[in-house]
Amino acid sequence: MGGLFTDAFIGSLIFGAITAGIPLLLAGLGEQISEKSGVLNIGLEGMMLFGAYAGFSVAYSQDSFLLGFLAGAAAGVATAAIMATLCVIWSMNQIVVGIALTLGAEGLTALLHHFQFSRSYPRLAKSETWSIPGLHELPVVGTALFDRNALVYLAIVLAFVLVWLFNRTQWGLNLQAAGDKPAALDAAGVSVKATRFTSVLITGFLGGLGGAYMSMIGGGLFLPFMTGGAGFIAIVLAMLARGHPLWVLFGALLFGASLSLATALQVAGFNIPTDIIQMLPFAMVILVLVLFARHSYLPPSLGIPYHRGER
Amino acid sequence: MSAVDQKEEQANSQVWAAVRTILRVMFPIALALLAGALLLMVLGKDPLAYYGYVVKRGLLSPTGLQASITRMAPLLLIAAGLIVAFRTGLWNLGVDGQFLLAAVCVAALAPVLINAQVPAPVMILLCFLVSAAIGAAWSVVPAFLKAKHGINEIISTLMMSFLGVSFANVLIKIPFNDPTTTVPQTATLSVADRLGRLGDTTIHWGIILAVGVVVAVHLMMKRTSLGLKLQIAGSNPRAAVHAGLNMKGLTYCAFAISAGLAGLAGAVDLLGVHGTIRADWNPAYGILVIPLVFLARFNGFAVIAFVFFFAVLMIGGESAARRLGVPSFFVLVLVALLMLFFAVTEFLDHQRRKKGEE
Repeated sequence: MGGLFTDAFIGSLIFGAITAGIPLLLAGLGEQISEKSGVLNIGLEGMMLFGAYAGFSVAYSQDSFLLGFLAGAAAGVATAAIMATLCVIWSMNQIVVGIALTLGAEGLTALLHHFQFSRSYPRLAKSETWSIPGLHELPVVGTALFDRNALVYLAIVLAFVLVWLFNRTQWGLNLQAAGDKPAALDAAGVSVKATRFTSVLITGFLGGLGGAYMSMIGGGLFLPFMTGGAGFIAIVLAMLARGHPLWVLFGALLFGASLSLATALQVAGFNIPTDIIQMLPFAMVILVLVLFARHSYLPPSLGIPYHRGER
Repeated sequence: MSAVDQKEEQANSQVWAAVRTILRVMFPIALALLAGALLLMVLGKDPLAYYGYVVKRGLLSPTGLQASITRMAPLLLIAAGLIVAFRTGLWNLGVDGQFLLAAVCVAALAPVLINAQVPAPVMILLCFLVSAAIGAAWSVVPAFLKAKHGINEIISTLMMSFLGVSFANVLIKIPFNDPTTTVPQTATLSVADRLGRLGDTTIHWGIILAVGVVVAVHLMMKRTSLGLKLQIAGSNPRAAVHAGLNMKGLTYCAFAISAGLAGLAGAVDLLGVHGTIRADWNPAYGILVIPLVFLARFNGFAVIAFVFFFAVLMIGGESAARRLGVPSFFVLVLVALLMLFFAVTEFLDHQRRKKGEE
């Protein structure tokens, strides 16, 4: 074992854990907001995929990472607007619409990519990073932790900001009420539908941004079906985090590490078939669910459309 | 009002109800095809040429029609399983993993049995049993999580599906790999060892099995006490508990039937058509069948019609991908559109009925 934990292995593992974990973190925080308000957003995977495509496509053609991120977030919001209109305003089945959006995103992005790039997969240049003075020169963990894209720091800060927003602001309390007892929120004079609508849009924003990070920074390229279930893992993270943003952060980094283990092991000179490594995160989700299922918590009104006056 | 008038009115309203049902089904299909046509135009393709080609290759040419009917076999078995799950109120979205794992295990088991001189009928029966058992086994964890802890089965079945697909690839590449081929794949079954053909066609008898299973499942849900129990568990879990039904048992049972049939679909597709599985092959039938089962409103006979329609679209779409340069991802978009417009139609129908009540 002594040979495994070299500096190169640890550095590469932490670097990869963050690269793979940030999309999960962004999407998971988004899903948490939507679930808190009572909407189970199964379309998250689709929002990430549209974000990944739009982000890459704009960043590639405009040669601007900022525009790419904006486009990714906008694509996520646009997809979320469909979901919110159908499911929140018109009370359609959240699961049917969510699956349809994910399938549509898979088909449409693959199709658009085919017509735009045919069979070539162009790459973006490496993005600029923010080096934190003093810290980025630390041995082993320096570049992995303190010399990253700005979005990495913003996403981590967001988790802490959400703790405050959830617990200390009117918006956070409204969100909680919309998921726990929508009738009470309605009686207090706040629109349940408006609360849920905005929360789904925020989910789309964060999911799209997460997808854009995946294609633009994580891979530097877009591949059809590239999210590969990350959206669904993010849903599990939100489910197990019981409304605590910091648990999403912890979970995202943990799953990120398991996703990046393949590369890290190769760096360390171990050669394990990639299929076995690919099983790891999903096996971990199942294991976590079996072990901690008792502790997962979902709002009582999750998935149930709200109709004023109905019981 | 005379008795004759009343009878006539009744007949009229029955006809009207039938027309409405057909409209309610055709509406989403027509809208999806229309939206798909718009998308094709945006991409610079002629939609009429595309749809025309799909119909020609999937339905009107003899080889295409036979291919479409052959393709129906696994789709119907998966649909039969989904009918049971959905009527029980369980979202088994892990069909793809269940299907692929069962297919891979059968691909490894069949040559072993043939080498051991096991008679063909016994070999096929054993393969069917094993595939159903493997499919069902892959659903035990989601069923446990649902029954014991009430964990949402959408997520757990999807996770098991991703896990199953990767695991199937590991099996193909390492223990079940045929060393005589360069690409990783399982040993190939000779054509003589596959499921028998019907007459002079290329259609294997798995289609008869599949249609029989769909009808059997339909009758089971409608006519047997188990079916009734499952339906009650699905439509009103609290009432089911009060009626003294064993909810946990029913959850395991519905999952086992649903996933077992998905596994059987894998065996039928392998023994009937492919004879071998290459690494990274995943047709993802499961997710495509879901909207069809919804459109059919969980009715077995309607499912057969929709699966036929969809099989034509798939086979025709695969030819069109090669000839017209529209990748088969387009069919995925059509499925998504179909599902969205299905939801919209349901919503409009619901609104209209609510107005009628007021």
